[in-house]
Amino acid sequence: MLLDGETFRVFAAVLAVLTVASLTGFILSRKASGGPAHATIENLNARIKSWWVMVGALAAAFAFGKTGLIVLFALCSFMALREFLTIAPTHRGDHGALFAAFFAVLPIQYYLIGIEWYGLFSIFIPVYAFLLLPALSILRGDTENFMERISETQWGLMTCVFCLSHVPALVTLDIPGYSGRQILLVAFLIIVVQGSDVLQYMWGKLYGAHKIAPNVSPSKTVEGLVGGAVSATLLGAALYGITPFTSLQAAGMAGVIVLMGFVGGLVMSAIKRDRGVKDWGEIIQGHGGMLDRMDSLVFSAPVFFHLIRYWFTV
Amino acid sequence: MIEFAGSVVAKLIAGFARAVTGVRARWLGCAPEPKQRIYFANHASHGDFVLIWTALPPPLRAMTRPIAGKDYWDADEMRRFIGRHVFNSVLINRNVTSRRENPLGPIEQALSQGYSLILFPEGTRNTGSEPLLPFKPGLFHLARSFPNVELVPVWIDNIGRVLPKGEVIPVPLLCSVTFGHPIRYEAGEAKPAFLLRAQSALLNTSPDKERRHAA
Repeated sequence: MLLDGETFRVFAAVLAVLTVASLTGFILSRKASGGPAHATIENLNARIKSWWVMVGALAAAFAFGKTGLIVLFALCSFMALREFLTIAPTHRGDHGALFAAFFAVLPIQYYLIGIEWYGLFSIFIPVYAFLLLPALSILRGDTENFMERISETQWGLMTCVFCLSHVPALVTLDIPGYSGRQILLVAFLIIVVQGSDVLQYMWGKLYGAHKIAPNVSPSKTVEGLVGGAVSATLLGAALYGITPFTSLQAAGMAGVIVLMGFVGGLVMSAIKRDRGVKDWGEIIQGHGGMLDRMDSLVFSAPVFFHLIRYWFTV
Repeated sequence: MIEFAGSVVAKLIAGFARAVTGVRARWLGCAPEPKQRIYFANHASHGDFVLIWTALPPPLRAMTRPIAGKDYWDADEMRRFIGRHVFNSVLINRNVTSRRENPLGPIEQALSQGYSLILFPEGTRNTGSEPLLPFKPGLFHLARSFPNVELVPVWIDNIGRVLPKGEVIPVPLLCSVTFGHPIRYEAGEAKPAFLLRAQSALLNTSPDKERRHAA
């Protein structure tokens, strides 16, 4: 299976941007050897290098269509949940619940998306996992910090599995006049979310002066947010050709995605702060953990999914 | 043949440990060099020495042997194979009533042959809320008899949650193995003072300490 024409053109454009980024990074590192900006440029280059790997993984998944995306995002969920629960102070008594979270709830959620059972995948974790997992935890009789433990496990499942699974779920949406092209909605979402992160980072590094939330995320600035949000919204509008939206609708969708992504970044940073860690993990060089890269996507994917489902499906 | 099977199983176990725990080695106090060392670590789970062993680069792995209880690892054919041919363990007799020879004998022999060792000076798995149990004196005797061997404190983080005592199936959580600043026996040092110093060296290697500072 190869990428078809439209998907291929999207990836070709992304690869062109990455090539320009890599060349720029290379020139910057030649110019600034040893200077104070050196560490920032080193990190920038590590980030760009990791982008090549991430885009490669996405291209491979896209080539296998819905199944490819489900497998890829199930793996991402696994790694994200592992990062989340690593810093959540569960007890020995939660062993069974944790095991069920990883090896029952996670695969079932993605299986339900695979068979396109919307009625169940949209409530499976919020209702059934929510009600049953605490029962597994209490079987061992340990009540110390019980509410904290069950809440954290549920929060991990909601963010890392439930929310994230809405990315491949986009492919299941039945949109008149758009059948067979839904996979491009995934491309649209990821390009806007990650584009917004990159653009906010760039605007912030170039013009950032006023911090928005110094206690939560010291690198976020007003200039970065406004510049990044506006340019990412324009980017979304420009991509309307691969969506079922008009250019105005595409801009609106991108605006919502960017806003939710910003909220996601802040909330997930606050959790890291609470636990006293800087990054969720080290799996993606230069970026940190899986959740450091996915936090915006986690918050924007379900909202994007439901906006389309409400207004664009039959 | 059995050696080959052992090395294949060893690779499988290391790969599995990596897949479940995403273990990362943090060499903070020393470098991964092929020096003769005693790695002494906190003990919370059966997964402990697997994790240290996985965290060591293969050339160091080949020269490092874990110390394990003979009673456990000699109990059946499977454990005998894993203990001897997979991990190349030094098996010691922990049973105080029946031991006639020096219980440290096999360990001293391995050190004389140039092997590095993995040792859990708490003696048993720690399941309480204290970060470390008091150290058994074995480490002191070895440090005094082999003053040229570096003693490297190794903090294993989180494996107690991946595979708590009494559980059979691991859950996937991230683990790290931190290698701290080596210590040595100082001439004339008394046993309790040395053991306390070793214990605080190990506690100082724990990332919990960094986290508390960061928060």
